Amino acid sequence: MWAMVIKEVRQVRRDRRTLAMMIVMPIMLLVVFGYAASFDVSTIRVAFPDGVPDGASLPDVLEPVETSRSDPVDILRHGDADVVVVGDGTGLVASIDGSQLFTARAALQVFTSAAAQGVPITSEVLFNPELDTSAVLVPGLAGLVLLFVGSLITSLGVVRERQAGTLEQLAVMPLRPRDVFVGKIAPYFVVAAVDMVIVLVVGWLLFGVPFAGSVWLLALGAMLFLFVTLGAGVLISTVSENQGQAIQLAIMTLLPQVLLSGLIFPLESMAAGVRWIGYLLPLTYFNQIARGVMLRDAPFEAIALPLALLAGLGLAVFGLAVLRFRSDLAPSRAAALEPVA
Amino acid sequence: MSFGFTDVTVELGGETAIEGVDLEVEPGAITAVIGADGAGKTTTSRTLVGLLSPTAGTVRRPRAEAIGYQPEAAGTWLDLTVSENLSFVARAYGLPVASDRYRELLEVTGLGPATDRLAGELSGGMRQKLAVAMAMLPRPELTVLDEPTTGLDPMSRAEVWRLLARAAGEGTAVLATTSYLNEAERASHVVVLDNGKVLAAGTAESIRSSFRGLLGISATRPLDASAWRRGNHWRVWVPNGSLPPGARSATPDLEDVVTAAAYARQEAS
Repeated sequence: MWAMVIKEVRQVRRDRRTLAMMIVMPIMLLVVFGYAASFDVSTIRVAFPDGVPDGASLPDVLEPVETSRSDPVDILRHGDADVVVVGDGTGLVASIDGSQLFTARAALQVFTSAAAQGVPITSEVLFNPELDTSAVLVPGLAGLVLLFVGSLITSLGVVRERQAGTLEQLAVMPLRPRDVFVGKIAPYFVVAAVDMVIVLVVGWLLFGVPFAGSVWLLALGAMLFLFVTLGAGVLISTVSENQGQAIQLAIMTLLPQVLLSGLIFPLESMAAGVRWIGYLLPLTYFNQIARGVMLRDAPFEAIALPLALLAGLGLAVFGLAVLRFRSDLAPSRAAALEPVA
Repeated sequence: MSFGFTDVTVELGGETAIEGVDLEVEPGAITAVIGADGAGKTTTSRTLVGLLSPTAGTVRRPRAEAIGYQPEAAGTWLDLTVSENLSFVARAYGLPVASDRYRELLEVTGLGPATDRLAGELSGGMRQKLAVAMAMLPRPELTVLDEPTTGLDPMSRAEVWRLLARAAGEGTAVLATTSYLNEAERASHVVVLDNGKVLAAGTAESIRSSFRGLLGISATRPLDASAWRRGNHWRVWVPNGSLPPGARSATPDLEDVVTAAAYARQEAS
C-alpha cells in the first residue's frame, strides 16, 4: 500500500494544475462565493413617472430613479427600473418586474407591508406574475447548456486531436489555420444551437416558461454568447495537454459563471468586488438578454448594452483563441507553405 | 529535384536535438533514417515537413500540397472509418473523393473489405497501411513517415515497406524513420543517427563496407576491447590489432558496423 501512496503523492506533486485545483481553488471559491451567496436585496430601483407623492417617506431599500418614459410597462420592459409607481386616481399602483425574482419578491413585501399600514397602494407583478422560479432560471439554463457545449466539449474536441497526434498531421496538410479552426468549431456551434432550442422548448412545454419577445433578438444574443464560449473552448484547448487538463480548466471557468452571473444569486446582492468578477463573465450578459427577451419582451435598445459587451468579450476571447490556435499550427505553416531554400 | 537538409541543426528547449545533419531524399527512392530512441529521427521528420524550424542550415522541401506526412504513432483518425479517413485527406488536398487513386490504394493495401470499419478497430498493421495510404493518396512529391513500422509484426512491416516501395516507384521521394536496423536493406539510401548526429550515411552496402578493424564472437566479455551482447554471445570489435584470446573472427553485418561506429565516436569524444 505504501508503494501506491508514495507513487500517487509523487504524481500529484508534479501535476501542479491538479494540486492548484485541490488546494487553492477551494479557498478561492469559499471566499468568492461566500461574498456572492446572498439572496438579500439591498436596493430596489423605483421609478415615479408622475413624481414622488407629496409627503411620501420612502424606505431605505427603495432608490428612486429617473426615466424619460412614462408608461410603466415600457419602463420595466426597458429595464429602467425594478418597480414603477403611478397614481390611478384612487391611490397608487406599484408595477413590479417579475423577471428579477428576488428583487420582485422583496418589492412585493415592501409594498404589501406599506398597504397593510394604510398606504393606499396596490401591487401587481408583470412578466412573471406567479414569481415562478423556473421562468427565471430556464433562460439562464439555456446559457449554461451553451457554455457546456461551447467550452467543455469544444476544448475536448481540439485536445483530442493534439493527444492523438493528428493536430500535427493537420498542420502539415494544405489547410489554412482558419479552415482548421472554423471547421473544428462549426459542428459544435450547430450542436450548441440545437441544444439551446431543445432547452427552451422543454422549458416552455414542461415548466410553462413564457417566450414574450423576439426570437431573432435571442438568436443574436445566443450567437454572440456562443462566439465567446467557443472561443473559450479553443483557448482552454490551447493551454491543455490532455483531456483531463481541459476538463479541469473548463470546470474552473464554468463554476464561477454558474454562481457569479446572476443566474442564482442576484448580482445586486453581491459584494462589490465579487460583482465585478460577474461583470467579466459572458453568462452574466446572456442571462440579462435571455430573461429580458423571453420574459419582458425587451426591445433591442433595452439589451443593446449586454449585446455590445458580449460582442466585446467575444472579440477578445475569440481573437486570443485564434492567435493561440494559429501558434499551434503556424510555426510549421509559415515554414511549410514556402519551400525553404 | 531532391529534398533534404544541408548542415541542419535544430535546438529544442535549449537542447540540441540534431546537429549538422545532411540528408538527401531523392525522388523515386526510399531514404531510411535509422537510430535508437532519442537519436533525432522524429526531429528530422518534423523539420523536413516544416513542423520545426532549423536553428541553422538549409531545408529543401516542396510546397505543402506536395507533402504527405504520417506522424509518429498517429496518421489516422481512429473514430473515422477507413473510407472517411481517405475522403478527408482527399478533400483537404482538393482532390475528388472516390477517385481511381482512392480505389487503387484500397486495393493495394488490402483495405477494400474494411472501408466501413473504424480505424480504431483495425489491427495495428492494417491501421498503419491505412496511414501510409493516406500519406500516398495525393501523390505527393515528398512523403515523410515517422516510424511507420514500429510495433508491427514482421509480416505487417514487410507489407508497409512494400507500400513505401510502391510510393517510390510512383516517383515520390520517400523518407521513413525506423529503429530497426534490418530495415535499412529495404531503403535505397540510409542515414544512421546517433545522439542527433549522422553516424553513417550511404547505401546499406556502402555502410557495411565502411567497417574498419576486426570483428569477433566471444562466449565471454573481453575486458580490453569494445564488446556488446547479441543473443547468447558477445560481439567484439577491435579497431587496431588482433582479436582477444577466445574470440573467433566473424563477418560484420550492418548492426555490427553501426555499433562499432558508435563506439568509435564515443572513444573519439
